[in-house]
Amino acid sequence: MSKDVMAELKRDHIAKLLTKGTRSDGRGFEEMRPLKITTDYIKSAEGSARVQLGGTDVVVGVKLMVGEPFGDTPDKGVLTTNAELIPMASETFESGPPDKESIEISRVIDRGIREGHAVDLSKLCIEKGKEVWIMFLDVHVVDYDGNLFDAANIAANAALKTAVVPAKRAGKGEDFPLPLQHTPISLTVVKIDDKILVDPTHDEERVADARLTVTTTETGNLCAMQKGLVGSFSIEEVFKVIEMSRRLGAETRLRLPG
Amino acid sequence: MGGMTTDIKLLDENGRRVDGRTPEEMRPLRIEAGVLKRADGSAYVEWGLNKVLAAVYGPRECHPRHMQNPTRALVQCKYNMAAFSVDDRKRPGPDRRSQEISKITSEALTHVVFTEYFPRASIDVYIEVLQANAGTRCAGLTAASVALADAGVPMRDLVASCAAGKAAGTVMVDLGKEEDNFGEADIPVGYVPRTKEIVLLQMDGDLTQDEYVKGLNMAIHGCEKVYEIQRDALKRRYEARALDTDIAAPEGAGKGVA
Repeated sequence: MSKDVMAELKRDHIAKLLTKGTRSDGRGFEEMRPLKITTDYIKSAEGSARVQLGGTDVVVGVKLMVGEPFGDTPDKGVLTTNAELIPMASETFESGPPDKESIEISRVIDRGIREGHAVDLSKLCIEKGKEVWIMFLDVHVVDYDGNLFDAANIAANAALKTAVVPAKRAGKGEDFPLPLQHTPISLTVVKIDDKILVDPTHDEERVADARLTVTTTETGNLCAMQKGLVGSFSIEEVFKVIEMSRRLGAETRLRLPG
Repeated sequence: MGGMTTDIKLLDENGRRVDGRTPEEMRPLRIEAGVLKRADGSAYVEWGLNKVLAAVYGPRECHPRHMQNPTRALVQCKYNMAAFSVDDRKRPGPDRRSQEISKITSEALTHVVFTEYFPRASIDVYIEVLQANAGTRCAGLTAASVALADAGVPMRDLVASCAAGKAAGTVMVDLGKEEDNFGEADIPVGYVPRTKEIVLLQMDGDLTQDEYVKGLNMAIHGCEKVYEIQRDALKRRYEARALDTDIAAPEGAGKGVA
């Protein structure tokens, strides 16, 4: 109950600042928070990255193992994405089986990486119909200050770029770098009243009416999209966010390794 | 998208699709309101080969009580696929896909329901997919808003839903199963026609910005057609009710205040 009152007060404060053209942390509406990417962060993973986006901190690890392909894609490797919102990251996260929020986050991250063809899954086939590389992308959120979608997307891209397929360990020849194709970068915005803000903080997310994530590749094409929360967008607003995603995504892409 | 390849020709020399439709043509859609006895409101949707039922219970007391919102009702949707609804038997129970669809459908419906009229209550919406043939989330959302109206839940407007996508290099409306499996992109949209608001929006696949603009406009146009059929279903339902009352009403009824 007291939480709701706080949210209401905060909402008024944040909305009032927005009408003056500023955000509570002083950023412009289309300005991302400082981004820090650390790759090869976890030695036990085949690829890893820690991304700090403002106060949000996520670690992504890539693990690869030999397994069976799916029946409908016998000559392709398998991508599995999982997100864990662990209780240390926020008072609102609970341990136990994944809830709706973490399922949505993992599916949106997965959609971007999969539909943007970040990895050439056809090069992860060992023997058609029998053996392929199974790739696990695990997102671990350790500190939550909003915009998990973009922090996890950037960390996933960075981890993939540094990943090495452990073929030798599995007795399948020499190790080789993960076969990469594209770099799908997401941009998440929230809408508060009629204002559209990129890279929302936790407070901004809590008072937001609607949320939109748009993922684009370096070709400028769109590969994934997800609208969230109970508010709505006009068609013009959707087109504006696409333009922002292409522009800011290109800037983020330059910060990634290789 | 599905990442599978096929010999099926998704578009022939005459610009006709697998089922003979043109790119601008939707599958046949039939909606019936008030099809279940026990539920407070219900609807049945037959959309191409999709068969989807929606039922509404409530507004009723929200359980567990800690979920209650002291100022609003919760709109809680559960999307479920029957085990026999797809070619390979689906394991019963919620998977990650259906939990995500439940979440975004709840959010889309919340936008149009006057939730502030029913503090602490829950409005439960159950969507059952009996037969699936691509586009079930759109069929489910379309059915659910008719069921809410049938239950007499006060709403700003109906949510109409339709998808567009790309297959065989062509942007087209309302993808069928083959187009969904072997096509290039899909954009499901939930739309409030009266206010022109987008309340559900997803996308996966690969589209240029121009293709996306064309696809979103096509999907919204589809939503407007769906809206007409939804309204027609509700009108027929109320005509039937009025007729029932005429026959069942005892002598003298209708003169006093009920």
